Amino acid sequence: MNAIVVKNLEKTYKVYQKKEGVFASLKGLWRRDYKTVHAVSDVSFSIEQGEIVAFLGPNGAGKTTTLKLLSGLIFPSAGEATVLGYVPWKRENEYRRRFSLVMGQKNQLWWDLPAQESFRLHKEIYRIDPQQYTRRLDELTSLLEVRHLIGQPVRELSLGERMRMELIAALLHKPDVLLLDEPTIGLDVVSQRRVQEFLKYYQVEQKTTVVLTSHYMKDVEALCKRAIIINQGRIKHDGPLSDILDRFSNYKIMDVQFDGDDMPRDFSQWGEVIECEAPHVKLKVPRNKIPEILTNLLSRYRILDVGVQERPLEEVIAEVFTEQKNEAAQAQNEKNVLHSTSD
Amino acid sequence: MIASLRTNWIILTTSVEERLVYRGDFVFATLIRFLPIVTQIFLWGAIYGIHTSSPIKSIKSYSYHEMVAYYLLVMVGRAFSSMPGLANGIANDVRDGTIKKYLIQPIDMLGYLFWARVAHKLVYYLVALGPFILVFYLCRHYFAGWPDAFTITVWMLSLMMAFLVGFLIESLIGLIAFWFLEVSSLIFIYMMLNYFLSGHMIPLDLFPEPLSSWMQMLPFKYLAYFPGTVILGKYSHQELIFELSIEVVWIGVLFSLNRIAFQRGIRRYSAFGG
Repeated sequence: MNAIVVKNLEKTYKVYQKKEGVFASLKGLWRRDYKTVHAVSDVSFSIEQGEIVAFLGPNGAGKTTTLKLLSGLIFPSAGEATVLGYVPWKRENEYRRRFSLVMGQKNQLWWDLPAQESFRLHKEIYRIDPQQYTRRLDELTSLLEVRHLIGQPVRELSLGERMRMELIAALLHKPDVLLLDEPTIGLDVVSQRRVQEFLKYYQVEQKTTVVLTSHYMKDVEALCKRAIIINQGRIKHDGPLSDILDRFSNYKIMDVQFDGDDMPRDFSQWGEVIECEAPHVKLKVPRNKIPEILTNLLSRYRILDVGVQERPLEEVIAEVFTEQKNEAAQAQNEKNVLHSTSD
Repeated sequence: MIASLRTNWIILTTSVEERLVYRGDFVFATLIRFLPIVTQIFLWGAIYGIHTSSPIKSIKSYSYHEMVAYYLLVMVGRAFSSMPGLANGIANDVRDGTIKKYLIQPIDMLGYLFWARVAHKLVYYLVALGPFILVFYLCRHYFAGWPDAFTITVWMLSLMMAFLVGFLIESLIGLIAFWFLEVSSLIFIYMMLNYFLSGHMIPLDLFPEPLSSWMQMLPFKYLAYFPGTVILGKYSHQELIFELSIEVVWIGVLFSLNRIAFQRGIRRYSAFGG
C-alpha cells in the first residue's frame, strides 16, 4: 500500500528582486520587481508504506520544498498529494498526529528546560497513552544513549545530543511517516553514525515510512535503497540507489599493484590516472573496457594485486548535477542566441 | 475536551517552569516596575502644590489623593494587561520559522501562546504580590475607603478582561508580521499610542472634549483607565454593567479579528514561503 502519493506537484514563488544601492531601495518602496521561482515543477512519485527513500539534490533543488509540501507547511501551486490518505495542507489534527518532520537546523525543544519537559508536553499534545509513553521514552533514550541527559537543560547539550533529543521528540507519538530534512547536518562523524544506526534500526523495527534529504551520501548509502534525484525542481531519477551508478557513471576505479618497478610509464591509453605512487596506481577506466584493459596489463606486466570498484556515489551525483547545470546553461544560451538573431 | 484542558494545563505548568529558570532577572524586573509610581506621587504633588499655602483642590473631578490612587490602580491594571514581548515574539516566530512548529504539531498557536502568557502572569503575581501589598499599605491614606462588594467584583472582572484585551490586541499586532516581516516600528507606535489611549499617562477624562469621548470609545481604555477608575467610584452600578458589556463585545471582536488574521496569515505564509 502506498503511504505517499504525489501527482504533478508544482510550487512557484514570487521573489522580490532588489537591485543594488540606496536609490533602488527607495524605488522599491512603491514599485517592486518580482521574479517567479519554480521551486518544484511537475513532481510525481509514490512511496510504499514502510519504505525509506532519499531525496538527493544540490542546494535549492526543491528537496526541502517537497518535504514542506508533504508536511502541510505550504500549499502547492498545482497538483495533488496524499500522505496516509490525508491531504497534508489541510492540516487536520488526525494527520498531524501521524507524522513528524525533523529539520536538522530547527529546534522543537524548549531551550531553557530539560528535554523531559518538552517530551511531557508532546505526550499531551499528541495524546500519548501514559504507559506507552513511559515505555517509548525508555526505549528511545536507551537506543540513542541519552537517558542520563534528559534532565539537563537543552541549551547545555551538545549539537549531537540535542539532535538525538529532537529525534526522540519526533518519534514519541510513533509517527507512521517520518520526514527528515538534513538530520545529521553539522554533526561530527561519531554522532552522524549513531543517528544513522538508530534510524536504520528504528525503521526496520517500526516499519515507518521515511523520506530523507541529506547532503551526506554516507547517510543515504547507510539507510536507503531507493533514491529520488531532484534538480531545479524536477525529478531526474527515481529508482534503486545502485541504478544511479549504472545509469550515470560510465567509469570504474581500478587499483593495480605492480611487482617492482616494472610498470608502464604512460597510462593514458587505458584510462585517467587518479593517483600514482610506484608501484601502485589508481585509474579511472571506462566500464566496458575493463576486461580488455585487464587482459592487456596481465599479459605484459607482473601484477601482485588488482581491485575494481565503483566510484564513490558522492562523486557521481556531483557530476550529474554539474552536467545538468551546464546543459541548462547551454540551453539558456541557445535561447538567448535565438532571441538576439530574431530581433 | 478534557484532553485539551490537560494539554493547556501542561503548557501552563511547563511555561511556569521555564519562567522560573531566570529567577534573578525576573525578580529584579518585577521590583523595578514600582519605581515610576514614586515619581508620579512627587509629580502630582508638585502639580497640585500640596506643599504650598494654596493647594489646588481638584483637577476635573480628581483630587490629589484620587489622582495618586488612580496611578496605583492603573499599575494593578497594567500588571494584568501589559504583554511584554508578545507581539515581538509572534513576529520573530514568523520571521525565523519557529511558527512551523505550530503548523506541524496538532496544536493551536494562539491557544498555546495564551496559556504560556497566563503562566507568565501567574509567576509574576507570585513575585509581585508581596511588594504590591506593601506599596498599597504604605499608600493607604490615598484611598477614601473600601468600595462596596459589587464594585470590587466588577473590578476583579475588569482585571481579568484587561488581560484578555491586552493579549488580543498585542497578538493581533504580532500577526501583522505575516504581511510585513518587520513590525518592530509598528509595535513602537502601538506602545506610544497605548501610553495615552489606555489612560496610562493621565486619566482619559483629563483630555479635552471631544477627544476624551472619542478615546473612551476605543478598547484601549480597558487596559488601564477602566480598571483604574472602577474602584474610585466614577461609575454607577448600571454604568459598570454597561461598560463590562461593551468590554465583552470588544473581546469578541478582537478574538474574531485574531482568528481571521491567523487564518489569512497562515494561508499567505503557506502560499509564499514556509
